[in-house]
Amino acid sequence: MTLLGQFSLWVALLLGLWAAGMAFVSPWQDRPEFAASAIRSAFGVWVALLVAAVCLWKGLLSHDFNIEYVAAYTSRNLPTSYVFSAFWAGQKGSLLFWAVVLSTFGALAQLTTSRRYEDLLPYVAGVTSLVVVFFISVMLFGGANPFERLPFTPPDGRGLNPQLQNPGMVIHPPMLYLGYISITIPFAFAIAALLSRRLDTGWIHAIRKWTLLSWLFLSVGITLGMWWAYVELGWGGYWAWDPVENASLLPWLTMSAFLHSVMIQEKRGMLKRWNLSLIVASFLLSLFGTFITRSGVIASVHSFTQSNVGFFFAGFLFVAAVVSFTLLYTRWPLLKPEAALESMASREAAFLFNNLVFVGIAFSVLWGTLFPILSEWVRGTKITVGPPFFNRVNVPLGILLLALTGIGPLIAWRKASTANLKRQFRLPIATGLLGGGVLFAMGLHDLYVLVALTIAGFVLGTVAQEFYRGVRARMRMHGESVPMAFVELIAKNRRRYGGYVVHVAMVIYFVAFAGSAFKVTKEATLKPGESTTLKSPFGHTYTFTHLGVSQYTAFNRNVSAASLELALDGKKIDVIRAEKRQHVDSFGQKLFEPSTEVGIRSGLREDVYVVYAGSVSGTEEASFALSINPLVWWVWFAGVLLVIGGLVTMWPGGWAPAPVARRQVQAGFAVTLVESEIGTATGGEG
Amino acid sequence: MRAGTKFFIGASIITLGVTMLIVQGVKQTGVYFLTPTELVERTKTDATFYDYGIKVGAKVVPGSVRRNPKAQQIDFRVSDGKNEFPVSYHGIVPDTFTDANDIEVIVEGKLGHDGVFRATEVLAKCGSRYEAEFKKGKRA
Repeated sequence: MTLLGQFSLWVALLLGLWAAGMAFVSPWQDRPEFAASAIRSAFGVWVALLVAAVCLWKGLLSHDFNIEYVAAYTSRNLPTSYVFSAFWAGQKGSLLFWAVVLSTFGALAQLTTSRRYEDLLPYVAGVTSLVVVFFISVMLFGGANPFERLPFTPPDGRGLNPQLQNPGMVIHPPMLYLGYISITIPFAFAIAALLSRRLDTGWIHAIRKWTLLSWLFLSVGITLGMWWAYVELGWGGYWAWDPVENASLLPWLTMSAFLHSVMIQEKRGMLKRWNLSLIVASFLLSLFGTFITRSGVIASVHSFTQSNVGFFFAGFLFVAAVVSFTLLYTRWPLLKPEAALESMASREAAFLFNNLVFVGIAFSVLWGTLFPILSEWVRGTKITVGPPFFNRVNVPLGILLLALTGIGPLIAWRKASTANLKRQFRLPIATGLLGGGVLFAMGLHDLYVLVALTIAGFVLGTVAQEFYRGVRARMRMHGESVPMAFVELIAKNRRRYGGYVVHVAMVIYFVAFAGSAFKVTKEATLKPGESTTLKSPFGHTYTFTHLGVSQYTAFNRNVSAASLELALDGKKIDVIRAEKRQHVDSFGQKLFEPSTEVGIRSGLREDVYVVYAGSVSGTEEASFALSINPLVWWVWFAGVLLVIGGLVTMWPGGWAPAPVARRQVQAGFAVTLVESEIGTATGGEG
Repeated sequence: MRAGTKFFIGASIITLGVTMLIVQGVKQTGVYFLTPTELVERTKTDATFYDYGIKVGAKVVPGSVRRNPKAQQIDFRVSDGKNEFPVSYHGIVPDTFTDANDIEVIVEGKLGHDGVFRATEVLAKCGSRYEAEFKKGKRA
């Protein structure tokens, strides 16, 4: 099987080179058959890589420990789902995963893109094939071949790191990879537009779904990563501003900026250069993220072991940056804006500021992440910045961004009148101030939190007002009932109302992040029967009573579990179990160091979080780290809401669209008939 | 004033604000990241490096870890091959922290005049976590 896998990689490599060559030569030689050949070859690459992927999965599932990769990441007693996901658990496998998924996306882009943009497609095939070729080259020439065999066959593999044996870890890396990878498609279209000089809004329409898709994958990947860190790493938080976490945030920020600024290009023909730069930057940042994860240049708990794979990425990153920006520079005059900003009280201005803040946050995160390297170059001493830096810089910027989330959708395009502004902002501002006032009266005096929550109230007010007015307008015009009008409103204006749902999700993230400022922690060493208490930030008291430690063997691990009885204000509510696990292979040999399994009781107000730190030698006296984490549940809820909003925005077609509306949707305009009706009623549309 | 000019002013204010936040942030929260040897050299010439917040990247000396679970106290020694000093930490260390095979740690804290580094944070990176061991086996 490894032979076939290996062979497929070579076939894919050669076909990929052929596709790229044909794609870039065809317009120059004016040979359309070359272009067709490029696209066919790109499909060939896809098939060859699928074969390679099947080969690796077969090796994993059949426990062929003669394959180095299989022996290094699995063992006989590893649950099958983890054997399956070991495909992307290690460096080599994840490179293959990346290549397969990218060529799949490339093929999908070929199949689903409207014929209207046909002349971009050969270039798209060329660019995606080149990126795939890069990943295959890293595998074949960078010492990262997943099909490499060992000179001997170990009786059992080394197993999967216990921290990776978590359902979140099965889907978190692929989600993040899917996000990183799918950015390549918009990038390929951007390069195609630059090469073909078709720089109208066409290419933007062709990639709308792709940018949303990769943004959505990144969002889900990041949220799942937070969840994994929270339940698996045992430090009680979900975001540590670790370089690898930051690296995933960077393309997310530039993509978020793009999703907004692209609307200005669609409506007003402005910001063409900026949008192209954002797409190129997102692609480069996603490569940068991969580079950080794999090179070990910046110390991170998430990173793979240091390897020369990093140099391949650095080189590729450099070449891609030079080529993209050169291309952009040579097409600069063709990208003249078609209109100028008319007023500061316009949606364009609000979006421009929103973009500036997004990019500002991205820049500060990049700067902080690279600072150890930069300071060593410049001053000869490594200086690091950590969470205090990132919080200091990003909390005020985040609050500003949150405010713009509310302002943007309410202001009309071009120029809003004073009367319009009053009408739009009166109620939301009152909501925010009222909410802030109530919280202050209830005893909340932390300035940042108070400001953040006031603005959160304002944004929720804007969204509620939009929904209310939209529903009312539909009821008046179509005589629909409230629920019917609500559903139809969303269905007929997916991009706009899906966007609002995403905004609500963002508000909830912010509120939940603000909640983490009120975390309470305590360490305790307890003999069985002893208790300790912890006061929650909401004012009630939790009592923890140690019940004892039990030892038992589960199928691939030896477990010692400490149980704590939890009482809320004197009333028993739960028993929390926190564990130490020693993973073993099928011969009972120890694998890895003991791992901690956190005990969590999750609730709407707060989570009770218990880490079992160890026992006093041989007794059941155990030491614990206990904490009350307010509002954490809402982070995961926001993640779900964000996915719902994102899917609404992306959902293809309409339920029963009018013929005209359908034509407009296909032409890529967000404006459906109904939207323009309501747009005039509410003074703007999105 | 034209809207473009107004926007330019607004944009400049935001850009300036971001720059200020970054510069101030680095100044006030930046922490030196040193090897044990660099730290020893610096303390020789500059006594202010004692009791001053720094990060040290080094390897845990095998066999030096003393755990006291009752007090949640861990003492160990770190070294870069040339210089070595004791570290004292109160709290929970990550699962990857052991004194088995030369693991790399980053400790954040202060070096006291008594030569003991009192860590407020310990990060551990396990070299064998993802790759390596089988490659060694192959070469041997």
